Amino acid sequence: MDALLLAEQGLNGLQLGVMLFLMAAGLTLVFGIMDLINLAHGSFYMVGAYLTAALVPVLGGFLPALALAVLLTALLGLAVEAVALRTLYRRDHLDQVLATFGLILFFNELIRILFGPVPIFLNPPAALAGTVDLWGLTYPAFRLAILAVGLAVALGLWLLIARTRVGMLIRAGATNREMVMALGVDVRLLFGLVFALGCGLAGLAGAMAGPVLAVQVGMGEQILILTFVVIVIGGIGSIRGAFAGALLVGVVDTLGRALLPASFRLVMDSASANAAGAAAASMAIYVLMALVLAVRPKGLFPVG
Amino acid sequence: MIRARLIAPLLSAALALSAVPALSAEPLRIGLITTLSGPGAVIGTDIRDGFALAVEQAGGKLGGLDTQVIEADDQQKPDVAVSLAARMTEKERVPFVTGIIWSNLALAMMPTLAGGNVFLISPNAGTSALAGAQCSPYFFNVSWPVDSIGEAAGAAAQAQGVKRVYALAPNYPSGKDVVTGFKRAFKGEMVGEVYTPFGQLDYAAEIAQVKAAKPDGVFIFYPGGMGINFLKQYDQAGLLGQIPLTGPGFSFDQDILPAIGDAALGIKAPLQWSPDLDNPANRAFVSAFRAKYGRIPSYYAAQSYDSARLIGGAVAAVGGELADKDALRAALRKAPFESVRGAFRFNTNHYPIQTYYQREVVREASGMLTNRIIGTVFTDHGDVYAKDCPMK
Repeated sequence: MDALLLAEQGLNGLQLGVMLFLMAAGLTLVFGIMDLINLAHGSFYMVGAYLTAALVPVLGGFLPALALAVLLTALLGLAVEAVALRTLYRRDHLDQVLATFGLILFFNELIRILFGPVPIFLNPPAALAGTVDLWGLTYPAFRLAILAVGLAVALGLWLLIARTRVGMLIRAGATNREMVMALGVDVRLLFGLVFALGCGLAGLAGAMAGPVLAVQVGMGEQILILTFVVIVIGGIGSIRGAFAGALLVGVVDTLGRALLPASFRLVMDSASANAAGAAAASMAIYVLMALVLAVRPKGLFPVG
Repeated sequence: MIRARLIAPLLSAALALSAVPALSAEPLRIGLITTLSGPGAVIGTDIRDGFALAVEQAGGKLGGLDTQVIEADDQQKPDVAVSLAARMTEKERVPFVTGIIWSNLALAMMPTLAGGNVFLISPNAGTSALAGAQCSPYFFNVSWPVDSIGEAAGAAAQAQGVKRVYALAPNYPSGKDVVTGFKRAFKGEMVGEVYTPFGQLDYAAEIAQVKAAKPDGVFIFYPGGMGINFLKQYDQAGLLGQIPLTGPGFSFDQDILPAIGDAALGIKAPLQWSPDLDNPANRAFVSAFRAKYGRIPSYYAAQSYDSARLIGGAVAAVGGELADKDALRAALRKAPFESVRGAFRFNTNHYPIQTYYQREVVREASGMLTNRIIGTVFTDHGDVYAKDCPMK
């Protein structure tokens, strides 16, 4: 494998990583601060993608559609938090899993009623539809845009959490929720904001994924599993952990798929190398998770 | 006046009753196990709608018996499919199960169904594992032995003079079958053969390797959402115009074309059916389906429609007597119905022997993307596994 291909696979891994980060950041915040297991996080990802696809023809451009879709997804998150989730904070995790699993079914069915079962069409904006030449490496422009957006969001979140008053409360809430409540902070408002932020990020991930992936009912569950792996590796509640975990999972998954079958081919015949390589590649991130947990049971960046 | 109005329906009811044997007081119950939730639901919806249309056109009576369809969602999970198969066999006691899409699910269900003397009329799943030594007297496949579609694509690529091909498919029984079929007919060089996890989302790593391998054809088998993901990403990597894609026709069918858009235009891939196939049964089916559901039927809908009509034809042939399984099987083997694909017959392993056409993705006058036939690849084509099947 030459250097150029390796560089391209590295970029692919990073791009998958930042995409996972957009999802994981919200999920880990909600879990870490609100102590809520939200299986329906993937539904907001799906809603973001569908809203973007539906708004592009109305607003006539990808960027305004994306902005409005993210805003609407965040508002939807706010509403769901107020209507369905507020009563769950005192319940144990199993009840939360049940209730938010119900939300998955609800949103899947709602989207199916509104948009039909056939996956819908969403293309990248014309300016980003082609490829870019990076020192001899041809790379899809839209994937570079995903990379840029993901890194910008990571920077923005870091500024928000490390440099602002709200961020301070979020950090405090993640470390010791009871103390924050005791100090007279309006926890209800804080929770609502955190949840809306998480949903907005999931919506953004969905909107950015729409042009690359199939916009279809159930798309949220497919990415949710990877997202859980990311936050477990990173340490639940930690944005830094989510970032590191997401990039790690993205790169390991991509390079595993790229390199494992080829390296198996060096030691066995082609047919069994294909089979074993495919199996090993699909296990790679779970092996990574097991290794990380064996060394650091609370993840890479434990909180509290 | 009142009397005259009453007489006509009474007469027709009496006629209808006399046309079917006495036993037919019992309705015909059919288990429709298909994928109605999750990403596979787009296929399951067409399976259900195609079947419902055939039942409706038969006046609610397939083969002259009042027909009751019991729908169940397999969630695309083998374990769920097995428990549904048990429910259909033991609790619902249906003589027929149909609707199944995925080969791994069909394989998992078969022991339960065959053990309960229930026929599985598969509208889609057609793995080689059920075509050879493990063929089953209770399994009928209405679509194809899946590797025959691979063979047809291989023969078409061979005829086009393609020399080096890179193949990609999901890591499950049919994925491997299709690539095996392709390699049987394609005599050029396979520069790559990659099996990805079932349901994979991002194909960037695989596409980068395709690009580096510089093949002059890429063969993909990605049903449903996987196909949308792959095609969009292949297009965005700038490869669509450069390295032609081919694959089984169902990788580029009505269930995913609207989501891919213009990127799919011009892709050529073979199948045994197409919405523009010109025969009376197909014209009636396509126009009725479009009128009822407002969309172009996918081949899944066509095969499910055929499955219903196969059941109807066989039930009529045995006069509604469903208890004698050997007679029912003998009737099914004759394929006593007019298929939307035109004439076909069952091989000894209960898989079709039929014609395969080369199709191309085009835009029809209404602006919708669809497929049209541009040539014939195989005529009267059977599979290589039938010789290992003990059924004669």
